[in-house]
Amino acid sequence: MELITNLGLGLQTAFTLTNLLYCLGGVFLGTAIGVLPGLGPTATIAMLLPITFGLPPVSALIMLAGIYYGSQYGGSTTAILVNLPGEAASVVTALDGYQMARQGHAGKALATAAIGSFFAGTVATVLIALFAPPLAQVALQFGPEDYFSLMVLGLVAAVVLAHGSLLHAFGMVVLGLLLGLVGTDVNSGAARFTFDLPQLADGIGFVIVAMGMFGLGEIVRNLEHEATRSVMVTEIKGLMPTKADFKRIWAPIVRGTALGSMLGILPGSGSILGSFASYSLEKKIAKDPSRFGKGAIEGVAGPESANNAGAQTSFIPMLTLGIPSNPVMALMIGAMIIQGIQPGPSVITEQPALFWGIIVSMWIGNFFLIVLNLPLIGLWVRMIMVPYHYLFPVILVFCGIGVFSLNNSDFDIHLMALFGFLGYVFAKLDCEPAPMLLGFILGPLMEEYLRRAFIISRGDPSVFVTSPISATMLALAIITMVFVLMPAIRKKRDVAFQEES
Amino acid sequence: MNSLIRSPKDFWAALIYLAIGLSAIYLGRDLKMGTGLQMGPAYFPTVLGGLLSFIGLISLIRSFLGKGEPVPKLAWRPLLLITAATVVFGLLVRGAGLAIALPLFVIMTAFASVKFRWGPALALAIGATIFCALVFVKGLGVPLPLIGRWFGG
Repeated sequence: MELITNLGLGLQTAFTLTNLLYCLGGVFLGTAIGVLPGLGPTATIAMLLPITFGLPPVSALIMLAGIYYGSQYGGSTTAILVNLPGEAASVVTALDGYQMARQGHAGKALATAAIGSFFAGTVATVLIALFAPPLAQVALQFGPEDYFSLMVLGLVAAVVLAHGSLLHAFGMVVLGLLLGLVGTDVNSGAARFTFDLPQLADGIGFVIVAMGMFGLGEIVRNLEHEATRSVMVTEIKGLMPTKADFKRIWAPIVRGTALGSMLGILPGSGSILGSFASYSLEKKIAKDPSRFGKGAIEGVAGPESANNAGAQTSFIPMLTLGIPSNPVMALMIGAMIIQGIQPGPSVITEQPALFWGIIVSMWIGNFFLIVLNLPLIGLWVRMIMVPYHYLFPVILVFCGIGVFSLNNSDFDIHLMALFGFLGYVFAKLDCEPAPMLLGFILGPLMEEYLRRAFIISRGDPSVFVTSPISATMLALAIITMVFVLMPAIRKKRDVAFQEES
Repeated sequence: MNSLIRSPKDFWAALIYLAIGLSAIYLGRDLKMGTGLQMGPAYFPTVLGGLLSFIGLISLIRSFLGKGEPVPKLAWRPLLLITAATVVFGLLVRGAGLAIALPLFVIMTAFASVKFRWGPALALAIGATIFCALVFVKGLGVPLPLIGRWFGG
C-alpha cells in the first residue's frame, strides 16, 4: 500500500521530538491567542506568523497548522463561555453553547466541542491523505489556461458564498486583485502603482493587509460596542458528558463531519457554511426543534465538528493546487513562499516528507487539542477574564512589532494602519474583507497564468474554451453566477445568511 | 444625506470603487499596454480597473434606485486614535527607540477605550515595554533599538 508507506514517511517527519514540540507549542499559542475575545483565526495566525520564520520549513508549517486548530478551538471556547464568538464560524456554537454554559453545563459543552472536533479532525485528515495525492496528479495536467479558469471559478464561488451583497463581494474581489498587482511587474520589471516608493517595489505584504483588516479593523469594531459588553463566566464543573449525552451527540458529530468536510473544500466561507448547514440540519431532524437555542447539546456537537472538518479539508485545494480557499490558507501559502516552497501540485512529489509530515501532524495537532484543552480550561478562562481594555493595546503592540519584523520596515507599520482604517470603513459599508484578501493573493497568480496562456495560444483567447478543463471550470463559474442571480435562489441565499445575523 | 441617494452604503462603496478603478486605469497609462499575445504591464491592471469602475457604476446606479440602509455611525474616536497611534509608533520606533515609542503606543491606543484610566494604562505601558524588550528584542532578535539614534542610542 502506497498510502501506508507515505503515512510512514509522514510519521517519521512529524514524530521527531522537535516537531512534536512545535506542534504542541503551536496548538498552545494558537489557543491562548484564539480565546482572546474578538480575535479570529486569521488575525491569530497573522500575528503569530513571524515567530515561525526562523524555523525549518517542515517545523514552521507544522507549527502554523497547530496554531490554526488551536485558534479555532480557542474561538469556540470563548463563544461557549462568554458568548463572544471570535469569527463567523463560532457564531453558531455560541447559540446553544452559551445557553448550556448558563445552565451550568459549560464543561459538557466544551468537552462536546473537543470530542466533536477531534473526531472530525481525524476523519478529515484521512480524507486529505486519500484524496490529495490523486487530485495533485490531476492538477499536474493543468495548463496555464486551466489554472486561470480555476481561479475564476474559485473567486466566483467566494463571491457567492460571501455574506451580504453579491455586488460588493464582487467589488472587493476585484479590488483585492488590483491591490495584489502593486509592485514590480515580474515580466517587464516595470514599477506599477508604487508612487516611486522603494518600499512598495516588492508589493504589499499579505500579512500586513491581513493584520490591518482583521486585526486593527476588528479591534476598532470591538471598541465600538465596548460599553455594552460584559464578561461573565460561570464555574465549570462536570467536564465529561454522560453516557446519555454520548448517545445524543454521536450522530450529529458524524453528520457535521460529513457536511463540514464537503463544504470546507469550497472557496470563500466554505467552513463557515459547514457549521451553519450542520446547525440547520440538526434543528430540522430533531424531534423537538424548540430545544435549539436553549442549550441543545446537538447544536454544539454538529456545528463544532463541521467547523473543524471544514478547517481541515480547506487544506486540500491549498496543498494540491497551490490555491488558497480562504484567508487562513492564503496566510499558509504566504508562509510556504517565505520558506522557499512554491505551493502547487509538485510539492507532493518534490517534498514528500514535508507534505506527509504536515498531514500526519494535523492528526497529532487535533490530538494535542483534546489532551491540552480540557485540563487547561482553567487557564483559558483566566485569559478570557482579562478585561478587553487592558488586552487590546497589547494585541496592537504585538501586531505592530510583528509587522515590523517581517521586513524590518517601519513603512509596513504605516501600511498596516492604512489597511486597518480601510478595513473598518469597508466593514461599515457591508463590504467583506475576506473576498478582498483572497483576490489579493490570487491577483499576481492570475495575471501570470493569463500571460502564459496567451503566449502558448499565440494570443488566441479561444484557448479558454477549447481546453476541456478550462471550459468546464468557466462553465461552472457561469452556471454558479446565473444560478445565484436567479430571483428565487437569491431570496433563499438572503434567508440563509439572514439566519446568521 | 441627500434624498436623491436612497442607499448610502452603495453610494459610498461606489465612490471607493470608482476612485480606485479609475486611478488604476489612469496610472496605467504610463505603462506599456502590450497585446494579447504579449501582455504588457498595464494590460491586466487596466482590465481590472475597468471592471472595478463598472462595478462602481452599477453600485452608484443602485444607490439611486434601490432602498438601502444608511451608513451606521462610525466610531471615530477609536478609529482615529488607533490609526494615529499606529502611525506615530511607525514614525518613532527607529528614531526614538522602543523605550519611548512603545509606551506611547500603548497609552494612545488605551485612550481609545471608554474605560481608560491613567494608572492602569501607565502600568500596562511599562509592563508591555519590558515584555517586548525581553521577548522580541533579546529573545527573538528583532532589530529594534531600545533607545533610538535621536537620543544617541
